[in-house]
Amino acid sequence: MTVSGVLRRGEYYDSVTMMLIAKRVGAVAGVADSAVVMGTPGNKSMLASSGLMTPELAPAADTDLVVAFRLNGAVPLQDVRAGIDGVFRELRSSKNAGSVTAQSLEGAIGILPGANFALISVAGAYAAPVAMDALRRGLHVMLFSDNVPVSREISLKTFARDSGLFVMGPDCGTAIIGGVPLGFANVVSRGPVGIVAASGTGLQEVSSLISNAGSGISQAIGTGGRDVKKEVGGIMFLEGMKALAADPATAVLLLVAKPPDEEVVKKIVAAARGTEKPVVAVILGASPEMFAGSGIRQTSTLEEAALFAAAFARGEDPSAVADRLQKRNMEIARRAAGETAGLAPSQKYLRGLFSGGTFCDEAQLICSALPGGVCSNVPFGVSRRLKDHSKSEAHTVIDFGDDEFTVGRPHPMIDYTTRNERILREAEDPACAVLLLDIVLGYGSNPDPLAGILPVIGDARSAAVRSGRRLPVVCSVTGTDRDPQNRSAVAGALQAEGVLVMESNAAACRLAAGIAARKGK
Amino acid sequence: MGNLFGSELRVVNIGLKSFHTTLETERVPSVHVDWRPPLVADDDAVAVIEANSARIRTANENAVQKILASRPALAGMGRAIDVVPGMNSHTLLHAGPPVTWDAMCGPMRGAVIGALIYERLAPSPEEAAKLASSGRIDFAPCHEHAAVGPMAGIVSPSMPVFVLEDGSAGNRAFCTMNEGLGKVLRYGAYSDDVIERLWWMEKVLYPSLRKALECAGSIDLKSIIAQALQMGDEVHNRNRAATSLLYRALAPAVLRTADDREAAAGVLDFINRNDHFFLNLSMGASKLALDAARNIPCSSIVVAMARNGTEFGVQLAGTGARWFTGPSPVPEALFFTGYTREDANPDIGDSSITETAGLGGFAIASSPAIVQFVGGSAGDAVGYTLRMYEITTAENNVYKIPYLDFRGTPTGIDVIKVVGKNILPFIDTGVAHRNAGVGQIGAGVLSAPPEPFIRAYAALADSLSSHKEQ
Repeated sequence: MTVSGVLRRGEYYDSVTMMLIAKRVGAVAGVADSAVVMGTPGNKSMLASSGLMTPELAPAADTDLVVAFRLNGAVPLQDVRAGIDGVFRELRSSKNAGSVTAQSLEGAIGILPGANFALISVAGAYAAPVAMDALRRGLHVMLFSDNVPVSREISLKTFARDSGLFVMGPDCGTAIIGGVPLGFANVVSRGPVGIVAASGTGLQEVSSLISNAGSGISQAIGTGGRDVKKEVGGIMFLEGMKALAADPATAVLLLVAKPPDEEVVKKIVAAARGTEKPVVAVILGASPEMFAGSGIRQTSTLEEAALFAAAFARGEDPSAVADRLQKRNMEIARRAAGETAGLAPSQKYLRGLFSGGTFCDEAQLICSALPGGVCSNVPFGVSRRLKDHSKSEAHTVIDFGDDEFTVGRPHPMIDYTTRNERILREAEDPACAVLLLDIVLGYGSNPDPLAGILPVIGDARSAAVRSGRRLPVVCSVTGTDRDPQNRSAVAGALQAEGVLVMESNAAACRLAAGIAARKGK
Repeated sequence: MGNLFGSELRVVNIGLKSFHTTLETERVPSVHVDWRPPLVADDDAVAVIEANSARIRTANENAVQKILASRPALAGMGRAIDVVPGMNSHTLLHAGPPVTWDAMCGPMRGAVIGALIYERLAPSPEEAAKLASSGRIDFAPCHEHAAVGPMAGIVSPSMPVFVLEDGSAGNRAFCTMNEGLGKVLRYGAYSDDVIERLWWMEKVLYPSLRKALECAGSIDLKSIIAQALQMGDEVHNRNRAATSLLYRALAPAVLRTADDREAAAGVLDFINRNDHFFLNLSMGASKLALDAARNIPCSSIVVAMARNGTEFGVQLAGTGARWFTGPSPVPEALFFTGYTREDANPDIGDSSITETAGLGGFAIASSPAIVQFVGGSAGDAVGYTLRMYEITTAENNVYKIPYLDFRGTPTGIDVIKVVGKNILPFIDTGVAHRNAGVGQIGAGVLSAPPEPFIRAYAALADSLSSHKEQ
């Protein structure tokens, strides 16, 4: 079959647009197989190994766009080329429509005088210089990009701290500053709780739960997961705490992270001692003694942390919240017992399929007591590593946001395809006792989650029924009713389909673990 | 950090467009950047440039000040061999960076053949080609002899040239008279009628115009260009207004100095029939301004962009006489009936000196009449000019764009910005047939190729490293 290519010199598109182009090129009549990539040496060797390299693509440079394709033979090459040209023509005409666009940071500042914040999501290899340019021009930075070397992260953050500026990230997915949702963020109420989080999904969960509990967020600062580790030393986590301690609109501090480096823990304790404001922390996987004697109120789940912070914000004692959660958990255990009725003897295992990485971590902690433990592609705590991420073993939880699933694809919070395929496969597995899912709403996420998931849940359940099984599906929905997708509408529609929708990831994990534990006995 | 919480968020979004859509939905003041990866990823070179940014800035301010201060005027005329520096009886000047006969494109070869016949150095095209390849002709870029020429840009010893003088820097520049449209030498035509016209221009047009200029005195070209920009020219692809203004300045003097009425009518008619008569002068004026900024150490300002039909060359204020080249691209063009892109020669001519000076494609927002060449809408033209502010250092003090509320044209291309932002200079231009002698087959636009700028950037970084050691 003929392989051909189009080299578009000097053309560049963001990663989401590239995927859109790839999809449209793949749909051009006569194209059997195609790839749309920038002409980096790595991409060129990838094309070569998949048999899509042609001599006309050889001169491509890093800044050139490459379209490689194989013909299915049904359409002449020149028509296929015309079709591909058409894809780019359409793109160009839609590109010019709408609002004012700048060509560079310098140009943008000319158009928007007083610009004070740069939201940067360019490819990781280019991100650090762009961020440094923004800092030098006096802008705070949120760096959504990942794959930034840690040495660059340190130099950016050191420069920023010395200049009185903030660097959130790299790999910071979400933040809420002055009520503005940035990146993947939920539309939450404003209020007295200030958040510093080294975890993106964690930040989304606690801010949504606080808002849903009737309180609100003053500021939510993301730092990127690496900030609290030894190399970076918590530079921005600590700056964030300081800023919130000094912020008159913040009455309660809420800290979210995975276990920090020991030295960073000491600094966090010192920073917490320096403020009169109550400090609540959820450090997933940490020893409960981590903050012993420091005055920091340590909690074990995102939900607990959110509700404690909301209680402090109302001036209440959080022990009442703890009691309420305990009662709620007993209620969940009873509900789990009810859900096990009618499960087949073969149905023994929990299968958790997550789009949010922190949710997958939290699930492993909550489900760790299941007989035989839990397996994961991203093992956390006492979990074991899956031998093959495409095959579940016993109790299994999967993070679909991990690199092995996301190369060349949008994040699973946007595109459900990969997880949907897995949902169907788990439904076919006679050993699967319960499906545990998360749906994350808010800006940046899938704008129509119901269309993305309801048909698959329906198919999964009927597949199970055809094999004489009943398959409970437990799901958390992270977000608020003011999110573009509207949490109540999404939760209601899922419930109408028989999905067990829970108010938090922790609650969903407990219910699913309860079902699997009872079956395992 | 307090200032982050205390003030209204004003966000620049660089990367994923969807994040900007969110900001718009939330009514947050924000701008999206259509970001592109930089052309140079060599961290060492970038580090050298950054470390020297203060010196570069000072040098560039100096360079741009000289460009803006230039006062180009049409001072008179002369024969090339008499007035152009460094010319001898076997010199042929050509457009663009240096090129050998072997590497010349079709139209350039055609123009060389025509010029040798015109000079009576060869009796026939075959003999001319033989002579051109013999090594007995000294080919040299116009730019290295204070001259500029459109398309093939051939200047031969007997050709009459305009003499331009800069009232500010005191330097001079030279250019031929524009021959008109159709079959002309600059597009590589060398048929008898082309040669006859060149002889007429030398024997009839030149003496008349020279006398008229002596009578009229020096003509301020900067003023004509400034007015023409406000009358719909960008003085590269459209010169109708500028030609008319020059005609107004010349006509009385032509009448006063002509031997008879017919001679006067002949001269005025020739100018009147050629809307591009002024092009060579707008190029010369641009050349004068940019030459004033040459040889300023550390400066990253571009002082020449020129094409010989094979390669596209760039020179910087801070790297002396060195050329940085890359393959010349074929313009995106509208073609005259009967021609297609397959017929087009790669971009050719010194006329991109106008863009280098902030005119032509850089001032396309001034010229709604020719927007068909740039994609069809006036909005596109404005967009092109606005983009060029991203890669320039200053706005012109005299050349203004009415549509942009009389904003000065983008002036002083900075190779560091070109490379860092991956925005290449925008050029609007005529398109030559790839075969000698056919002539112009269309007009269109192109972005300068990246290679010359990447090489110029690297050389500047080198020169800065060595400059430091001195």
